[in-house]
Amino acid sequence: MAIKRREFLKIAGLTLAAGTGGLTTFSALRNGILEAAQYNRDPKGLKGSRWGLVIDMARFQDSKAIQKISEICHKKHNVPTIPNPRHEIKWIWQEGFEHAFPGQESPYMADTMRHQPYLVLCNHCDNPPCVRVCPTKATFKRADGIVMMDMHRCIGCRFCMAACPYGARSFNFIDPRPFVKELNREFPTRMKGVVEKCTLCYELLAIGKPPACAEHSNGAIVFGDLKDPNSEVRKLIASNFTIRRKPDLGTMPSVFYIVSGKEERLGGHEHAG
Amino acid sequence: MLDKALTGSRTYWGWIVFLLAITGAGFLFYLQQFATGLGITGMSRDVSWGFYISQFTFLVGVAASGVMVVLPYYLHNYKAFGKITILGEFLAIPAVIMCMLFIFVDMGQPLRVLNVLLHPTPNSVMFYDMMVLSGYLFLNILVGWTVLHAEKKGIAPPKWIKPFIYISIAWAPSIHTVTAFLYAGLPGRHFWLSAIMAARFLASAFASGPALLILLCLIVRKFTKFDPGKEAIQALGKIVTYFMITNVFFLGLEFFTAFYSGIPGHTHPFVYLYAGLDGYNKLVPLMWLSSILAVVSLVLLLFPQLRKNETTLAVASICVFLSLWIDKGFGLIVGGFVPNPFEKITEYWPTAAEATISLAVWAVGALILTVLYKIAVSIKEETGGEAIH
Amino acid sequence: MYDTGKIFVGIAIFLLFVAFPFYYNLGKAVAKPEPSIDTPVINQMEKRQCVESKQTMKTLHMKMLNDWRDAVVRDGQRLYVATDGKSYNMSLQNTCMNCHSNKKKFCDECHNYMAVKPYCWGCHIEPKEGA
Repeated sequence: MAIKRREFLKIAGLTLAAGTGGLTTFSALRNGILEAAQYNRDPKGLKGSRWGLVIDMARFQDSKAIQKISEICHKKHNVPTIPNPRHEIKWIWQEGFEHAFPGQESPYMADTMRHQPYLVLCNHCDNPPCVRVCPTKATFKRADGIVMMDMHRCIGCRFCMAACPYGARSFNFIDPRPFVKELNREFPTRMKGVVEKCTLCYELLAIGKPPACAEHSNGAIVFGDLKDPNSEVRKLIASNFTIRRKPDLGTMPSVFYIVSGKEERLGGHEHAG
Repeated sequence: MLDKALTGSRTYWGWIVFLLAITGAGFLFYLQQFATGLGITGMSRDVSWGFYISQFTFLVGVAASGVMVVLPYYLHNYKAFGKITILGEFLAIPAVIMCMLFIFVDMGQPLRVLNVLLHPTPNSVMFYDMMVLSGYLFLNILVGWTVLHAEKKGIAPPKWIKPFIYISIAWAPSIHTVTAFLYAGLPGRHFWLSAIMAARFLASAFASGPALLILLCLIVRKFTKFDPGKEAIQALGKIVTYFMITNVFFLGLEFFTAFYSGIPGHTHPFVYLYAGLDGYNKLVPLMWLSSILAVVSLVLLLFPQLRKNETTLAVASICVFLSLWIDKGFGLIVGGFVPNPFEKITEYWPTAAEATISLAVWAVGALILTVLYKIAVSIKEETGGEAIH
Repeated sequence: MYDTGKIFVGIAIFLLFVAFPFYYNLGKAVAKPEPSIDTPVINQMEKRQCVESKQTMKTLHMKMLNDWRDAVVRDGQRLYVATDGKSYNMSLQNTCMNCHSNKKKFCDECHNYMAVKPYCWGCHIEPKEGA
């Protein structure tokens, strides 16, 4: 034998690696007609540096009005209604005070206050732990402050769900399509195996509209740019006592809740959304 | 050298077929999971990591424990381990492969796994985990194979393998530290938010890994003509003893911080695991079993007469392995998710499908372990056993 | 040769596996794909043109959709300026499928022929058939 079997295998292996490696590099560098393509923002789109929300629960008429917010958001974004609570998917929903702000309830607080409903959603933190841990940048922070989801890239590892201190994220344990009551044909659904959450209606912001929850809240949810000192959100924060969820964790949430004491009118029903 | 795995007794082949059967069954369940989603597991919106990830966490420790035989032999010339360094390395390989398989079956979109490489994210601990696990696998295959091949030929291994051996010694604790970092840096999970997580991980790894290695050495001695050596097994026993003490001590430290400070975020998960919280107590019997097994194992290990007796040492090793498997391979992960960020409780228990898939991954690991050990042992039976330094 | 019997059996099994796609599909002639652009929206167009030329779309629609995906989701851009200067909203569901509302007779024609199953439709809602 002129060449030993091992030598042959070594040479064959290296050739294969070089060949496929070279081919891949070549096709990656290939120029196509689309290289010169131009993309633009919609001029109508809203511009901001740190989008945030100020929520005044006292301005909701009744618990039905609060429930409606979840329904509008979920309907617009094809969020499924899955009966099995283990597989539940929710983007915005209500929790009682003691659950939305655990640790801040006090032992002698009125029951109505303890069970006071608060709308909870992704806080679009300024220092988001979910973005820090995502191994593929499938969840990432946009320049305008939105913590965004790229459903195409998500590998479904659910590290972000472990990292989120607010339980804001849901995972598609099963195919959600059969559970979407009424499809909104202008927005995609998700498929099984990816994580989803509120994305602050980025698709509406892009065409100049505010988020659906803010729009339909009759002024209870105010949307604006936290970095703009003249925005309504900044004025509300400056003139009211506001709290945020778990602020001591350093996540810097962008959702503020006005606590005025007037929330008691709602009667304090506890709904899990 | 692979041809050594193709010849064997009826028992050997029976064992291989048995493992293949389990793998096949699990594979069928995995096809179901691939088609319908992770909904067939017991995981939920609240407990989003379950049995798969906890098994991965436990097995990274077993993989890292290979360093416990490699380090004394190569850095300090501890001759007794000369015969079994290969067994340590060939245990690390299937352990790492099992880790990777458990991550794969846990992914919601497994076909997108290459996204981690296509879009590298240095700020994500999981990215590093993928890198260090792959690197460790490569190192162990390279070192194990090269050293064994040299032994087969009856010569010293090539000089260039030495740096790789030293790198692997440093790499081993790193893989487990990185895995601990997956948990220890998450601001919302107070059960895990502890500086001692990485230290706990290493202590339990260096107790459970060598415990398994003791059992494997005893099995090898029983079924083959190769004797790893009484001194090696005793040395391993001492390692297991000291690291089990350390592990129990570290757990005690966690208990102290939680309960002396009294902070609810820290105490609630412990209360849930060991006593039940608000009536939810599914894991309590399991956690107490882990504690009892730990105490029993320490009794058997601390007394030299019991440790020197290889039967009681075997029992102690089984106790150590099971105790830590429950603690790290179940309690630690589930405890981080209970209660959830809203202080509500959703319990977790693996489903039958989930358990079968997990069993299949273990079977694949056992299969690779069997094949590698068959090769190593066959060669050692021929050459007389000692790796030449 | 050693183990001649085993080797020949091995080669036979190997050939059985490798040739499977060929003999399995023997006799099944599949017609050349004819994607149809007969949809209400396209029929109403004065000048029937897509975002880019037919040849470009044929070769590069996959790449274009990928580029659009990254531009919309990751870069926050909505509008695509085509090579002819026209501006389009980058959306598979709302732009592409608005004209090509006959997925079965358009997209699926070639995809089925090529045995390609793009996973876009798992999330992006297909237009209602019968359009």
